[in-house]
Amino acid sequence: MQMRLTFRQLSRALLYILLILLAMLYLVPIYVVVITSLKDNAAISLSQMWNLPLKPSFSSIVSAWDQLGPNFGNSIELAIPATIISSLIGSLNGYALSKWKFKGSSVIFFIILFGMFIPYQSVLIPLLRVLDAMGLYNTILGLIMVHSIYGIPITTLIFKNYYSAIPNEIIESGAIDGVGYWGIFRHIILPLSIPGFVVTGIWQFTQVWNNFLFAVSLTNPPNQPVTVALVNIAGSQTVQWNVQMASALLASLPTLIVYIFLGKYFVRGLLAGSVKG
Amino acid sequence: MKGSMVEISDDVAGSSSFRRKRFRISRDRISALATLAPSIILLGIFVYGFIVWTVYVSFTNWNSFIPNFSFAGLKNYLFVFETFRFQSDLRNIVVFTILFIIACIVIGLFLAMLIDQKIKAESLFRSIFIFPMAVSFVVTGVIWSWILNPQTGVNLILKAMGFKHLPSWFLSTTIIPNITVGQIQLGIPLALLAVLIAAVWEMSGFAMAVYLAGLRGISDDIKEAARIDGAGSWRIFWSIILPQLKATTTTVVIILTAASLKIFGLIYAMTGPGQEFVTDMPSMDMFQTTFQGNEFAQGAAISVVLLIIMAAFIVPYLISTLKQGEDE
Repeated sequence: MQMRLTFRQLSRALLYILLILLAMLYLVPIYVVVITSLKDNAAISLSQMWNLPLKPSFSSIVSAWDQLGPNFGNSIELAIPATIISSLIGSLNGYALSKWKFKGSSVIFFIILFGMFIPYQSVLIPLLRVLDAMGLYNTILGLIMVHSIYGIPITTLIFKNYYSAIPNEIIESGAIDGVGYWGIFRHIILPLSIPGFVVTGIWQFTQVWNNFLFAVSLTNPPNQPVTVALVNIAGSQTVQWNVQMASALLASLPTLIVYIFLGKYFVRGLLAGSVKG
Repeated sequence: MKGSMVEISDDVAGSSSFRRKRFRISRDRISALATLAPSIILLGIFVYGFIVWTVYVSFTNWNSFIPNFSFAGLKNYLFVFETFRFQSDLRNIVVFTILFIIACIVIGLFLAMLIDQKIKAESLFRSIFIFPMAVSFVVTGVIWSWILNPQTGVNLILKAMGFKHLPSWFLSTTIIPNITVGQIQLGIPLALLAVLIAAVWEMSGFAMAVYLAGLRGISDDIKEAARIDGAGSWRIFWSIILPQLKATTTTVVIILTAASLKIFGLIYAMTGPGQEFVTDMPSMDMFQTTFQGNEFAQGAAISVVLLIIMAAFIVPYLISTLKQGEDE
């Protein structure tokens, strides 16, 4: 008995050691980014890459911000409206598809959902021409439109899953009270939707903020979101590694902050994205 | 009434048979359709219409700055498939997707099993393994190209550990094993392993999260019963847990395949096409062919091939999951 207990204790200790080691491994990039960002040019010798900065300095972060600031603004201007619009559309669609099933609604759901998986390269040429014709090429407004539309599949999916968990009796009672389709949505569904909006909001904000393909294809320098500006900085030979890492840090800060505070909802979006009918 | 678009289903209207209510609920179903109409129209244009448009472009002679919609037949497809670059793309995407999925599944399942041991600080560990997903692939690429820089980064540590032959990571042009078929070498381009490390760092947390949800769905009773019957941990894992995770694994494989086939930002930020196209992908090829080379029709052909590969995986999966959802 004594023997078994120590064996159990030993395996528990091993389990924690393994977990901590793995966690540290996953955090290596964060360590590298932070220490490199805090080094000034003089201290950035290649052989000391892994060392902590002796005299931490914010000069790299300042110079990264000088280059990245305007693009950071573009990304905010883009991500917030695109997130709100696609979430609203998703909520309406999710309501219609989960509570008012009709013949063919699963076909419609399929038609909507497929858009989530397509490689966007296969729509890029027409997209470019249509935006150009609309005068929206190289504008944040154009990107907002693009992200709002291509965000519809995932937001619809998340809201459909979310609303499916709301009991139909609630809808029924609304129907008996005679408030009808929009009344039920406005007075019953919408007040219950806040957690759904948090999940889609977090998820969409992250996706739009992190997007690169649309940004690099549809915008030029002053109007580019932060992801493209980051690659431009990293691509230029003259820029020091500390500025690159500081830029990477700045470019990922908004989504990291959202993740740290609302990670639970991010994961819910992630799990919802792995499709359930 | 059965089978018509506006029928009343029992779950919404109960067993009520008042004519007036029936009429109103029919109208509600029309409202539902009207709600969906804008999305259907938008996606009809921006997804399906644009795909048709791209397919059309791929059959034209539009291979310069000036649009040219004259019919070219299969010329662009034949040309693209003959290029060394696209053949490398196909090798790379197959190799990368297979290694990426295996690595994510093995690591993801392993992490999920560790976390499922009723550990302390569970949510902290979970958060650490998933947080890379909150970071853009572009950021991941920039960071990992610093960590895997052959002159510094991980190689400094390897050097300190006494390794003589340091890997040149994404700068490597070696392909293992060295079997040449036609123009290209079949095998694993070593440079792709650097990209793989970054991609696995980013996405293994996804596999972990889905597996953890799957593990939590297996009832403890079954495991307990097996344990009482004298099954060891390994036996329980192979004979009970793994079979129960089959559907979860399918989901993980499909979603990761889709992510892998689409991979673009990471490649763009980390390596680009690479020397001799050792890290090139169809998505990268399409982008450069179309927007830097102005070979629009060839770019369209590449993206159509990519779409067909994707659809071959996704469509059957979507149909089967949606059918399952209906049965429940």
